[in-house]
Amino acid sequence: MLKTLALALCCATPVWADFPETVQQHILPGYARFAQAAGDLAQAAAQSCDPAALRPAFHVAFDAWIGVQHLQFGPVQEDGILLAIQYWPDPKGSGAKAQRALLLGDPAALAPEAFAAQSVAARGLSGLERLLYPTNALPADPCPLIRATATDLAQMAQRVHKAWVDDYADLLLTAGAPSNTSYLTRPEARQVLFTQIIGALEFMRDQRLGRPLGSFGKPRPERAEAIASGRSLINLRLALRNLRDMVATLTPDAPQTMAAFDHATAMADGLTDPVFAEVADPQGRLRVEILHQAITALRDVALMELGPELDVGIGFNAADGD
Amino acid sequence: MTTRRAFLAGMACASMPRVGWADVGNPACLAVGKRGDGFVLHGLTAAGDSLFQIALPGRGHAAAAHPTLALAVAFARRPGSFAVVIDCLTGLVRHQLTPPSDRQFSGHGCFSADGGLLLTSEVVAEGSAGRIGVWDASDFRRIGEWDSGGIGPHDLRRLADGRLVVANGGIQTDSGDRTKLNLPDMRPNLTLLSAAGLVLDQVELDPELRQNSIRHLALLGDTVAFAMQWEGDPAQPVPQLGLWTPGASPRLCPPAPDEAWTMKGYAGSIASSQAGDLIGLTSAPAGAVMLFDAAGTPVATHRRPDISGLAALPSGLMATDGQGGIWGCAPMALTPLARSQTAWDNHLIALL
Repeated sequence: MLKTLALALCCATPVWADFPETVQQHILPGYARFAQAAGDLAQAAAQSCDPAALRPAFHVAFDAWIGVQHLQFGPVQEDGILLAIQYWPDPKGSGAKAQRALLLGDPAALAPEAFAAQSVAARGLSGLERLLYPTNALPADPCPLIRATATDLAQMAQRVHKAWVDDYADLLLTAGAPSNTSYLTRPEARQVLFTQIIGALEFMRDQRLGRPLGSFGKPRPERAEAIASGRSLINLRLALRNLRDMVATLTPDAPQTMAAFDHATAMADGLTDPVFAEVADPQGRLRVEILHQAITALRDVALMELGPELDVGIGFNAADGD
Repeated sequence: MTTRRAFLAGMACASMPRVGWADVGNPACLAVGKRGDGFVLHGLTAAGDSLFQIALPGRGHAAAAHPTLALAVAFARRPGSFAVVIDCLTGLVRHQLTPPSDRQFSGHGCFSADGGLLLTSEVVAEGSAGRIGVWDASDFRRIGEWDSGGIGPHDLRRLADGRLVVANGGIQTDSGDRTKLNLPDMRPNLTLLSAAGLVLDQVELDPELRQNSIRHLALLGDTVAFAMQWEGDPAQPVPQLGLWTPGASPRLCPPAPDEAWTMKGYAGSIASSQAGDLIGLTSAPAGAVMLFDAAGTPVATHRRPDISGLAALPSGLMATDGQGGIWGCAPMALTPLARSQTAWDNHLIALL
């Protein structure tokens, strides 16, 4: 009787949100958009190598990537795809070095199969950015490399999307089934998603903002993400919105986390310098630091509120370390 | 002819219960973890079944197993103020070990081959200078200490011939809260001590890798496999594994290029298979276990949230995670062996 009542009450809940909703409403559409956008970019590159003509499609693809960049588990972990799609940060400039070798080397390395075996540092969106927004004169005609990189990106995006549609979505959705040896319980599916959210917020805090902020005595504006294409701030804003959407699919009941997302988003929307170059100037630095604090607070609130709400944690050992 | 001394020693032994590991079911390894609100020590079989479960006074870090008697020493987390010697048959605490007032346990320890001595990694509370505490294992009385040869020692292992290798992690910590105080200047090392505690050999990493704290150890015969935790720029790809044969230079074993950041610069546990053909590293922050062959060539990476404990099995490795999962770990796959209500903590201790 009680059970029936509980079931009726739970089915009457107006907003139903749990990890299957995240898979259906957030992850699969996100990868579909990225595969589409990367495919469009490759097609555009096949028609023209003119950087100016390709930049709009490049930005659409990068936008779509930020829609799934925080999902760092499953098919995207195969064969270094995650790094190959966007190799950042790259403090030693490995990408530019590897690309220079490709520009000057045997064109056979640019054939699709050969190119997919090239260094992850040379490929993907970071590679295309260096070709479409060159900061120095390129040592050779970049057209063949632009085409190879765009084709490879489209193939990776398609492969990840297909793997999710064909297999991985089912694997996550059947968490807890006896035959499922990857997700032994339903909370384990929630935990992997929760871990992505916390990890993405830490990436914003430590990398997207932390790297250019450096220290007060030594700001490092040159270390911001995607400076050449002017995307440092856009990437952060998009990532915040996408993560908020993801949380909404996972639970209807995380009001403090949502409020903290809204606060951080308002701070990010208030910034105007697209590449955080203002960190080198005391006034500008203060604005970026306030955003950094908002994201730090958001991560802490999500850890405290969202974890218990989803009945998961960041990991008994992961949080300890020794 | 029986001397008086031997007679007395025989008497002392006879008065102690000689409970061996066979009497508690021959566990393959010991594991500590959190169960409900409490902390426990388990003995696990190679199939992942729990043979016994004993309550601990607090969260432990690692444990040391007596080579023959069914005694486990569980160490508190750093800054460690106590360790307990547990009778694995009765579950009773036989002894409580407290370091001298200006020393702190570092979370690891090991017994001498004959079980006569317990050696504990320790720091001087102020400054983190390393010490090896020496305890008489017949009554767990502290009988001395040695210099560990560096700052912030963590894991230590005894080689078959009695020599001792120590991972001096290089990190000076605040004596109260584990805050790291010297990251820009840290200099970890591996130190080889004689069975009497004299420094026989010592190696450091190249200057650009000095922020790679050497923390955990596994043995492949006379070769020491060491696991590191990176305290430098997270954007810099660094190896987590190294191999050192005393007398030679240490050799670093980076991951495959595609997996350069997989471990997030962190290796929590390290173990080698009993056959000596496989070395495993875990990273709980990354949720990954990375496997290498005996030459240090990467062979596979498997994913599992909060995976951390790792121990040698007769064939391959066993791994545990913070969700209670116990896994067989081979190059092909992680295979679920068992699932427990205990959330497994950092380390597994193999009984070899």
